[in-house]
Formats: sequence, C-alpha cells, structure tokens
Amino acid sequence: MGSTSSTLLKIPNVEELVQETGFSPAHIIRLYDRFKVLDKEGRGHLCPQDFGAIKELAMNPIRDRIISAFFSPGKETVDFNTFVRILAHFRPVDKDRPKDPNSPEPINSRSNKLKFAFQLYDQDKDGKISRDELLKVLRDMLGMQVTEEQLESIADRTIQEADLDRDDAISFEEFRKSLEKVNIDHKMSIRFLR
Amino acid sequence: MESYLFPFDSLICMLLGISFTVWFTLLLVFIIVPAILGVSFGIRRLYMNSLIKLFEWATLRMERGAREKNQHLYKPYSNGIIAKEPASLEQEIQEMRRGGAEPEFDMSDIFNFCRRGVESIVDDEVTKRFTAEELESWNLLTRSNYNFHHISTRLTALWGVGVLIRYGFLLPLRVTLAFTGVGLLVVQSSIVGLFPNGRMKNYLSDKVHLMCYRICVRALTAIITYHDSENKPKNGGICVANHTSPIDVIILASDGCYAMVGQVHGGLMGVIQRAMVKACPHIWFERSEVKDRHLVAKRLSDHVADKSKLPILIFPEGTCINNTSVMMFKKGSFEIGCTVYPVAIKYDPRFGDAFWNSSKFGMVNYLLHMMSSWAIVCSVWYLPPMSRMEGEDAVQFANRVKAAIARKGGLADLLWDGGLKRGKVKEVFKEEQQKLYSKVLVGSSEDRSRS
Repeated sequence: MGSTSSTLLKIPNVEELVQETGFSPAHIIRLYDRFKVLDKEGRGHLCPQDFGAIKELAMNPIRDRIISAFFSPGKETVDFNTFVRILAHFRPVDKDRPKDPNSPEPINSRSNKLKFAFQLYDQDKDGKISRDELLKVLRDMLGMQVTEEQLESIADRTIQEADLDRDDAISFEEFRKSLEKVNIDHKMSIRFLR
Repeated sequence: MESYLFPFDSLICMLLGISFTVWFTLLLVFIIVPAILGVSFGIRRLYMNSLIKLFEWATLRMERGAREKNQHLYKPYSNGIIAKEPASLEQEIQEMRRGGAEPEFDMSDIFNFCRRGVESIVDDEVTKRFTAEELESWNLLTRSNYNFHHISTRLTALWGVGVLIRYGFLLPLRVTLAFTGVGLLVVQSSIVGLFPNGRMKNYLSDKVHLMCYRICVRALTAIITYHDSENKPKNGGICVANHTSPIDVIILASDGCYAMVGQVHGGLMGVIQRAMVKACPHIWFERSEVKDRHLVAKRLSDHVADKSKLPILIFPEGTCINNTSVMMFKKGSFEIGCTVYPVAIKYDPRFGDAFWNSSKFGMVNYLLHMMSSWAIVCSVWYLPPMSRMEGEDAVQFANRVKAAIARKGGLADLLWDGGLKRGKVKEVFKEEQQKLYSKVLVGSSEDRSRS
C-alpha cells in the first residue's frame, strides 16, 4: 500500500472504480494490496488456482461456486477492476443514498446482491434454478451427511413453496419474492474497516 | 619526479598501515575478546537505544508532514481490512433457525456460506502469517514502509546516510566477523576432536562452540535479552522453540550448548557440520534417512538416553513462520518421552525483519539482508520444563507446549499447520462445515416426519 497517490496511479481507471463501486480510495488500495498477495506470480490478474490457494476458502462447501462467480463466462482470468467490482456486491447498502432515477443502480443494492446469490444457484445461467441445480447445491452444502431421499424431499419442498408459475423451476422473480422478508443486507454484507 | 611521489607514497602506506592496525585492535578488543569471555561492554544496547530514538523522531516527522499536506498516513491495520463476523458457523446457523417456527431449508442459507467465502478471499488468517509483518514506524530500512510521500529532504538525507553506513561500514564489518566466527569454529572443533573423549574434551568443546556462536551473534549485531535463565535446558532433554529464521539457532546456541539436528548438507555447511561433530555428538541425517520416522525417533531417543550428551535443539513447526504466531507443532519430537524444555523467541520488528520467506529469498540473499539491517533485536524466554502427562497423547502434549510458547512470547496460537504454506487443506475441514449445517437441517426434518 504505497502512499496514496503513488499506488492509485498504478491502478487503471481508479476514479471510475470509486464512482462505480462506492469503495473509498483507501479501501481500493487495501484491496489492491490483497490482490497482489493473491497474485503470487505477479501476472497482474488472478486465475482460479490463486483462489484455490486460500486455505480458509478451501474449507467452504460452496467454494467452487464462489470462485466461478468472479470469472465471467468463458474467461480464465480476472483483473483487479473486475475483482473490486465483484467485491462491491458485499458492501453494506448505503442507506442515505438519494434515489436518483437516472443514475445506474449501485452494485451493492439489494437487488444486485440477490442477483449475485442467484447465480450461485443458477450455474448454467439460463435464468432459472432447475430442480437439478437445486439438488446440486444441496449436495454441495450437505455433502455425504444426508441421504439422496432426504435431499430430494428438501428440494421438492423448496420448489413447491417458491415456484409460483408451476414450471418446476425458480426464476429470479420467484427467488426474490421468496426472500422478501429476509434481511439481505445483513446476510450478504461484509464490514469494511475505515 | 619520482622523489615527489616517494614520500607521498610512503605517507599513504603509513596511514593505511596505522588505520588497519587501529581497526583490527578495536575489532579484537571490543568484539572478539568479549565474545571469547562471554562479557559485554553494553555498546550494542546503547546503539539500540539511539536507533529507537531516531526511528521515533523520523515517524513523528512523517506524521507532521502528512498532516501539513492534509493527507492520511497509511496506518496498516494488523487486524485486516474487514471486521469478520465474530460468530462461528455453528452459532450463525443456530441463529438462522431461531426466527422460524419450524427449521427447514431456506434459499437464503447459501448466503452465509457465500459471505464467509468472500470474507476469506478478502482476508484470511493463514496467508497473513506467511508475509512479513507490516510495521507502524519507519525503520529507515525501506523494506516495509509505505509513506514515502511524506518524507522531507532532511529525512531523505538521513535515509541516504543510513544506507551508506549500513552497506559501506556495517556490512563489510559483519561479513568479516562472520567469516572469522565460522573459520574459528571449524578449526577449533577439529582441534578439540583430537582430544580423547572425556570431561576435558566436553569442557573445551563447550567453550569453543560458545565462543564461535558469540562472534556470529556480534556479526549480526543481534541484541538478545534472555529471560528466566534458571530454566535453561539440561542434558537428556529436548529443547523446542518457535521458528522464524535460521538465525534462531545462533541465538539459542550462544547462550547454551545444544546438540543440533539436521540434514547432511554439502559444500560449506557440510564442512561445518563435519567439524562440529568431531568435538561433540550432533545428529546429522542423510537425506534418505529423513523419511524413515522410526529411524529418526530411535536416534533421537538414543541420544536423549545418554545423560552425558547435550540437550537436542528442535524446531517442531517444521518451517519458518513470520513471528506473529505459532503454528501447529509436528508431533514427532513429543513422542520420545523425555523432558521438553520450551523456549519462546520473539523478534522486535522495529529493527529489521528477521523472517525468512524461503519461497522468496535464498539463504545467501537472506543473510545479506540480515547483515545490512541496523540490528536484530530479540527476546528469548526459557519456559519451565514440561513432560507428557498421564493419558495425554503426543498431539495434545505438542499443543500444550505450543500454547505455552505462544502465550509467553505474545504470539497468536494457531491451529493451522505450518505445512499449509505448501500443502493443501485436508477434506476433513470441509466435511466439518457440511456436518454442522446438515445437523440443523436434517435433524429437523426427522422431527417433522415423526410428527
């Protein structure tokens, strides 16, 4: 984390990044340092193996899904700006932001957080969570601790409750509706220190 | 023409001769003789105190400079860039359930795993331990300071002078001392090796080793404070310590005599090893023998059983950690069943980072770094001896010792394996998380089916 100005110069489009993501310059510098630590070979971008090297992440049952959320479809690398944009999803919602209909929705809005979570389920990105996809997620989170029947019954029950148009899959709108009462901001936010 | 040059020439020669003699005498009187006798003039402490005052002044100047320019001084947070949820996964999952009447799978459950995953991407405990610690004040070394913008001309000049002193004066001095120390060690232990085995030989060997290690300590300008020396390791025991750098060996061995354990090396190290073994028994393993755990354990126990042999010095972490924490101890040395003498070593990071990042720097590079720092300041605590208790297995004993060392040295006590620096996390940790989650879900659906 060099002095503020010299490090900021190394990052392309820093002003844009600050505007888009809502991170302060100090946060961006900290994230840049972290990016460099993860990028052990100094290539300037991260690949899935760099994420895989994080030990605490390796313990996480949905590790692979989280990692693939950083990489756009077809791309094998993620640069710093994309890295920060994805992390911006986890900023706490800005409560006192003016509701300006012309400005684009902030990355950390409730809706965007939900979209991020949705893509963790919807791996084939067809806009719906099919029964199979739901089963796969459940299998990831529960591992070998439950039987196939238990998994299927949980999946069936979940689809039954959330699937309003009876197409045996959960669309994003249905997903959003089923989580109406949940405090997304609390669950999907990370407290960045000043 | 010649007559002009001749007196000039001889004048220069005389001056060189005099300065060389003076230099050598100073060296002898102030460094080598005290090393032999084991006394200290206190010069190094004086040096250390002046350095501290200098560093504080420099930091204050920088803060003033920053305030004038209305910018923020980069203050590294030793706790990371995010505030992690203090609750464990189990607690979080329990909390998830308290709201609803009947616990069941909720689409939002994935959020918890997701958030934890992203938290560890931004900041994880293990990777932090393996990079050099970030520092609060500027130690004129520039290796780990980031506030260059707030340096005034005066400070820059000071830094420049510092570089000159370190590389032009201190480094050659130290390298000379290092060679002297090592050379004396090799020569003198070979001589002692010619003596017949007995008390005289042991006495001489101790003296020789101590003297040479003390010279090496001065070669690094290491200022060491030993605490609780009444607990120093005795014959027939094993001394365990936390590991930050190869210098740990020199630091401990200059205050007591130990039997070293290690792999046989070639080159200069090999020469030193062979010479040391002539004077008193050390344990050197061939590369092939290292894999055979039973052989290793047997040789260690044989050595320990012989009360006339020196205590063994072992670093159970297996690798160098960056001196902010103590990682998992390998259980091998704790299975032998003798008294264990724990020792905690803590380096003062203000003076120079002693941590050896073996994946980044080679040994020679590292030693050069060390010898061009201002000083190496550390504290050594000798803890009271511990033995394995009834019903305790080697792993529990190792953890108990580790906790004691961490507590004394003010280091964080981590459960993570030092081998994680290079290896992969075992699947077992992932299964633990899955188990926790499933207990809440499936346990509840069993109730439902029953009702």
